[in-house]
Order: sequence, then structure tokens, then C-alpha cells
Amino acid sequence: MFHPTVARLTYRGLLGRRRIVVLLALPVLLLLVSAVVRALTGADDATATNVLGGFALATMVPLIGVIAGTGAIGPEIDDGSVVYLLAKPVKRPTIIVTKLLVAIGVTMAFSAIPTLIAGLLLNGNSERIAVAYAAAAAVASIAYSALFLLLATLTRHAVVAGLVYALVWEAFFGNLVPGARTLSIQQWALALAEKIGAPGAITSDVALPTALVLLAAVTTAATWYAGQKLRRLTLAGEE
Amino acid sequence: MTSIEIDKVSRWFGNVVAVNDVTMRVGPGVTGLLGPNGAGKSTLIHMMAGFLAPSSGTVTLDGAAIWGNEQIYRQIGLVPEREAMYDFLTGREFVRANAELHGLGEDAAQRALATVEMEYAQDRRISTYSKGMRQRVKMASALVHDPAVLLLDEPFNGMDPRQRMQLMELLRQMGAEGRTVLFSSHILEEVEQLAAHIEVVVAGRHAASGDFRKIRRLMTNRPHRYLVRSSDDRALAAALIADPSTAGIEVDLQEGVLRIQAADFGRFTTLLPVVARARGIRLLAVSPSDESLESVFSYLVAA
Repeated sequence: MFHPTVARLTYRGLLGRRRIVVLLALPVLLLLVSAVVRALTGADDATATNVLGGFALATMVPLIGVIAGTGAIGPEIDDGSVVYLLAKPVKRPTIIVTKLLVAIGVTMAFSAIPTLIAGLLLNGNSERIAVAYAAAAAVASIAYSALFLLLATLTRHAVVAGLVYALVWEAFFGNLVPGARTLSIQQWALALAEKIGAPGAITSDVALPTALVLLAAVTTAATWYAGQKLRRLTLAGEE
Repeated sequence: MTSIEIDKVSRWFGNVVAVNDVTMRVGPGVTGLLGPNGAGKSTLIHMMAGFLAPSSGTVTLDGAAIWGNEQIYRQIGLVPEREAMYDFLTGREFVRANAELHGLGEDAAQRALATVEMEYAQDRRISTYSKGMRQRVKMASALVHDPAVLLLDEPFNGMDPRQRMQLMELLRQMGAEGRTVLFSSHILEEVEQLAAHIEVVVAGRHAASGDFRKIRRLMTNRPHRYLVRSSDDRALAAALIADPSTAGIEVDLQEGVLRIQAADFGRFTTLLPVVARARGIRLLAVSPSDESLESVFSYLVAA
């Protein structure tokens, strides 16, 4: 289920071009904000939770997920170069799983690791907040990558659709409508953070077992369906 | 002996029928798929290459269904029409990746690059390549696994004459080796130079099939229409209509032209200047009025 050549083509495509600049911008911003906040207010658990929960997990992780998840296959489908992968005796689900693993790796590298460093900068992992949010970012990376990879096989406007989900659904509706929160990757990931962090430090609207089941279900279903989409992918002709 | 069988295949997109009940067999040697733009050539090639399911009918390679069968690519090499091809890689990296996806290595990649004579530029990024170089690297990527079938979608588009000749030579060689080579083109001369066997599609229908000369004859024997201006239209008309090569003439007084329908193209084109000279009539303009490819093809459909 993993093809090293597909992986190499995917990460070179992802990290080359201008995407690397976009991928680096948000983590750099997070680290800058964390350093400035620490310098101005000193180590404070509530502030750390606000920055990590409000910016890192709610904004940065989904955005990096959109870029890496859609970028792992979207441009190839758009410009037609995916034909060189598909016209090979390689199983389509293998292509999808490999691309997913690369997307997950990139999302984790550019979101979970910066989240951990930011947490250490903010309050030195007091109440295990840094580790909790880093773990949440890591599991969210998996689900976001799978979801946005699927989006890229479904629509040419995957980046827009991904941004709408990440910003409108998770950030906006999630704050207004309590029910929307239970259907949010961010909240599922927070459930894990709640468990890891010191009691009362982090709260989530979803119980941990439910959250883990939903995370696994979304990741599996999205990956399976993306594989099906790729098996039936028809390339738009020039005509 | 590897051949692609297209059996009663139709393909529609919503209400638009792109390919309409086509049956053909593509066997070893070079076959040209000829038709005007939008005739359904790409749709047919996409179905032969497993990138489009037929709406009805079957497309098979030696009896095995092509759609949804990735093992078929062990035997098929595809050269797509689109340009995009991982431009951030060098030619060598690209062909190497294609070889690896077939479970092959550097040797296969080098052999393919040598076949298309691209070794000299293999370490440059593809983004720096000219159109012809891209086309050759695409060829190399399709040849890495030494496929029995080679499908090429408009391979000569945008190539200069020298590159065109090189590619033609390469394809001729592939055909002579017993491979099944199919290429599409909307340019008659390209097909004429390369393919002994031709399949013509027009407006989604299979218009003609077979030997090139037979089709050429069909194309040249159709009635040709000409617009002629001369110093004495009536005298010229009278002289031309006396010959059986002319089927009909209209003297258009308002426009001041003759509209001539020629029944025998070859004979008419030699007759016209001879008659004019003998009568002392000056020819001011002679232009074919229905030479567009579409009209040539639509005549074939009717034939």
C-alpha cells in the first residue's frame, strides 16, 4: 500500500514550487507570536491555551491540512500529469494511500511540530499543554489530510471547498452552533488534548472514545472513497 | 500479436454524443486515427487507454477489458496530448520515475531516453524543454516498459518539421517491429506519410477504415466546388461545360463569378487553364470553395 516513487513525486511536488513558502508562513507566524507573547506576559497557562487552541489548532492545522491534502494530488489532476501515475500497473488505492501518508507527514511536520515548539515557548509544557496540543495537531493532521485529499479528487475547487470547511464550518459555525462542534475534526482532536493535558486545562465538547471513533471513521472512509474516485477518474479531453 | 478491439462503442457526455456506435480493430503496425477537431478521436483514445469508460459497448486488449484494469498498462504505452508532466523534475528523473512505476530501474530509463535521443538534455529540468523535447520525453516515458501497444494523442502538434520527421521515423520503426501503434491526427498529410492503415472518425462516427490509398481516392473523387473569376465568364462557362469533368456551372452575375462543380478533380484542374488559354480568357481568380477539412470528412461519411 506504499509506493516510494509515488511518494517521491508527491513530496517533491508539494515542497517544491511556491507551496513551501505558504507552508512555512503560518508556523513561523505561530512561533513569532508565541515568542512575543511569552516576552510580554511571561509564562501563563491560559494564554498558552488561547494561542495553541485559537490559532495553532483552530486555524493553522486546518490551513496546512488544506494545502498539503489538496496539494498532494489536486495539481496533478488539474494539469493532467496524474496520467503518468495512473497509466501504470500500480493499484489506485496504493497511489491514494501513499499520497495520504505524504500529506500527513507534511501536515504534521509543518503543524504538530511547530505547535509543540510554540507550546514550549509559551509555558514550557506546564500542565502538559504543549504536548496535549501537539498530539491534537498530529491526529487532526491525519483526518484533515484524508478529508482534503478526498476533496481534491472530487472537485477542481478543492482548496476553496477546504477553506470553507476549515474556516466557515469549524471556526465560524463551531463558535455559534454547539451542535456543529461535535462534527468538527478540531473538537475530536481537542478531546485527545483534554485527556493528555492536566485536568481542567483543556476542554472539548466531544468524549474521547466518540472522538477517536469519528476520527478513524472519517480518515478511513475518505481514503477509501478517494481510492474509488481515482479508479474511476476520467481525464477531461481537449475536445 | 496484440490488438485492441472496439466493439459497438458509444460514449456520451450528458446529451452530447462524442462517439457513436464505433466498431474497429487496431492491430500491429502503424494506424492513423484521422478526423477533424472535435470528432471524438481523443475520446476514443481515452477509452483505449483506460481513462474513460464506454457508455455502451466494449473496449478490449486481446480479450481483456481495458477499463478499470491497471494490469493492462504492462502492455500499453500512452503518450497523452496534454503538456503537463512534472516540470520540476529533470528528463532523466521523470523517465526513471516512470520506469520505477513499472517495477523497472535505471537501465530501462536510459534505454528509453536513448531511443528518443534525449540523453544530451536528460539532466535539464523539463520546465526548460521545448515542445519537441517534451514530446520525446513523453515518448520515452511510454516506452520504458517496452510495450506491445503504443497510443499517441496528436503527437505531432506543435512540432517543427525536423522533430516531426524524427518522430515519424521512430513510429515507423516501432510499427515495423510488430508493435501496435495508433496515433491521432487532424492533418491528412501527417497520416498519409506515416500510416498504411487509417481509421477516419467524423462527428463521433466511424466514417472510413482501411488502406490509405482507398481513402485518398474517396477524398479526391468527391465533387469539388470552385469559385472562378475571369475576363469572360460566359465564354469560359460554355467551354468548360462541354467537358465531362464539369458537372455544373452557375453564372453568378451579381457577384461576377462562376460557381463550378467539378466531377473529376484531376481532369478539371488540368482542363481549366488549357481551355482558358485556348480561348484567350484571363483567369483572375480560382479558389476551391469547400476545401475545409470538415467538408472533406463529411463527404466521406456520406460515401
